[in-house]
Amino acid sequence: MNGQPYAIMAEFENPAAILQAANKVRAEGFRNWDVFTPFPIHGMDRAMGIKNSKVGWFSFIGGVTGYATGMLMIWYMNTVNYPIVIGGKPMFSPFSAFPPSYELTILFGAFGALLGMLFLNRLPRLHHPLLKNGRFKLASHDRFYVVIETNDPKYSEAAARQLLESLGSRHIEMVEE
Amino acid sequence: MADAAEILAPAPPAPLVVQAPPVELEREPLVANQRGIGWLSDTIAGVAEGTTPRWWKISFAISLTMMTVCFLCILYLMSTGVGVWGLNHPVMWGYAIVNFVWWIGIGHAGTLISAILFLLRQKWRTSINRAAEAMTIFAVMCAGIFPLIHIGRMWFGYWLFPIPNSMGMWPQFRSPLMWDVFAVSTYFTVSVLFWYMGLIPDLAVMRDRSTTKARKFGYGFFALGWTGSHRHWSNYEKAYLILAGLSTPLVLSVHSIVSLDFSVSQLPGWHTTIFPPYFVAGAVYSGFGMVLTLLVPLRRILKLEDIITVRHVELMCKVTLLTGSIVGYAYVMEFFIAWYGGNPNEKFLFLQSRLADPFIIGPLYGIKPAPYWWAEWMMILCNVVVPQLFWFKKIRTCMVVVFILSILVNVGMWFERFTIVVVSLHRDFLPSNWGYYMPSRVDILQFLGTFGLFFTFFLLFLRFVPLIAIAEVKGVTPQADPHHPLGGAKTGGHHP
Repeated sequence: MNGQPYAIMAEFENPAAILQAANKVRAEGFRNWDVFTPFPIHGMDRAMGIKNSKVGWFSFIGGVTGYATGMLMIWYMNTVNYPIVIGGKPMFSPFSAFPPSYELTILFGAFGALLGMLFLNRLPRLHHPLLKNGRFKLASHDRFYVVIETNDPKYSEAAARQLLESLGSRHIEMVEE
Repeated sequence: MADAAEILAPAPPAPLVVQAPPVELEREPLVANQRGIGWLSDTIAGVAEGTTPRWWKISFAISLTMMTVCFLCILYLMSTGVGVWGLNHPVMWGYAIVNFVWWIGIGHAGTLISAILFLLRQKWRTSINRAAEAMTIFAVMCAGIFPLIHIGRMWFGYWLFPIPNSMGMWPQFRSPLMWDVFAVSTYFTVSVLFWYMGLIPDLAVMRDRSTTKARKFGYGFFALGWTGSHRHWSNYEKAYLILAGLSTPLVLSVHSIVSLDFSVSQLPGWHTTIFPPYFVAGAVYSGFGMVLTLLVPLRRILKLEDIITVRHVELMCKVTLLTGSIVGYAYVMEFFIAWYGGNPNEKFLFLQSRLADPFIIGPLYGIKPAPYWWAEWMMILCNVVVPQLFWFKKIRTCMVVVFILSILVNVGMWFERFTIVVVSLHRDFLPSNWGYYMPSRVDILQFLGTFGLFFTFFLLFLRFVPLIAIAEVKGVTPQADPHHPLGGAKTGGHHP
């Protein structure tokens, strides 16, 4: 179980230090690395070179599905399957069918956003090497971490350690698989 | 050519120096006393950790008892029939609808705080949004009980939903009551989703602080393996923004659709186009009243005065003032249109059935006092006069007064619902169809019982879940800003 190194982890004290470190690590050309913080840090997307999130597409598809579901459902139920005349009005009208369809748009769009976010983040996950690490618990408290995985093509322990030390990290340790 | 490149290349920008604003113009910080981000975790998570305080046990016992009363009333209603309520011709919509509209309105402040204030970048919302969203969910639960039980044969409640059945029939989608089913159930579901998504990082905080195995498993299970990876935060923030963007039109639509239940009918007092915006403003007004009622004592009891500061309370009072004034304006408009519209039935309702009190207006016009004059005047006193007191800073910053006024806000809103529902119904178009509605004991106990339901859930929420969004409050402190000296920046950045 033990022995296999998963990554090298460096601790930083404040947001400015982690932002600077992220800028450098990306500039060095690492690919399998990440930053762990107790809250999202302003400007970190740019420092890490992360592109705009794709969650919007999941939500959009959810919303379109919701609206279509609402309209088709009401048309089918009140016009085709059990036609019912209300006040001599047309069997189907997009206006009276709009409010329920609108609500379904929002409902499905919201599920799209949440489930899309979880899917893109590959969550829920039952196990993560970092979550076994005692020190890493501070990542949800008040510390900031840069983690470079050992399977990164450019990874070498000595060079990574030297880089992270030069960025001002006072605590560097190896994380086991 | 090298010279040309040198000339064309932009000169390096001069380092930007931003002067600090003068002391008197500086805003009060959102977290008082320069508390660090570690302190925030310890304080907020500490509320849900440690031994259970005595006040919690006592209030929980009371709430649980009241909740039992609520369910006993439902059982009695189910076994006996709707005759146990005070309903009789012509008032066939009584307490159930009054309480439904009232509770669901209370929920609206939570969504306003979590969604609309987020889109408007009001950073102060972070201290109150979690508790307000919890309030929304529990208030909608209380609201949802009433339409379900008022249908009479509540075991057929599932007929409200388009579920295939042996009769081969479907709901009729031209009815606003049917729209209501979709609006309220969507509202509840989306509120829960939004609340839960906001909770994920904070459940990870709780998981990382857990000392016992049960807590580690419980919080770990619901935290879904959240690590705080920035690649995750990036998707998370986008999803949060989208949910805020979806909840905003949702919350506006919910009370609009609730108001259509009334305004689509032909009844004077109900049949008005002003209802949707007027209901939404009233809902936000009553919701902020409830948020203040809950948080003003809690910040004191739980010693959270540095996170929910006096400035937060003041800002909430200002929203109450704004929405209360919109409500007051809507009342004026209703009376104006009743006079200007020239419909004799509507004029009769507003003057003789609502406004005519036994002291001033009644004697002045020589009319008999309206049977429900006290409901109308209670509503005007609490919804028009009370919020105007929030113009004064002395009142906004005095916690005892704010607490009392916040309760009056909701008393007023309850009487508004009562006026709209009962007073509009009690005098039909022919005097032979007039009646007087009073709630029965079951009605009253049922209503009080929903408070038990609400507070039972709210107290459980306080005890098991961080009542303030830890990660979000951390994010608005200067210590979290990489361009602020407290966040570790060497020199003043673009927003010092």
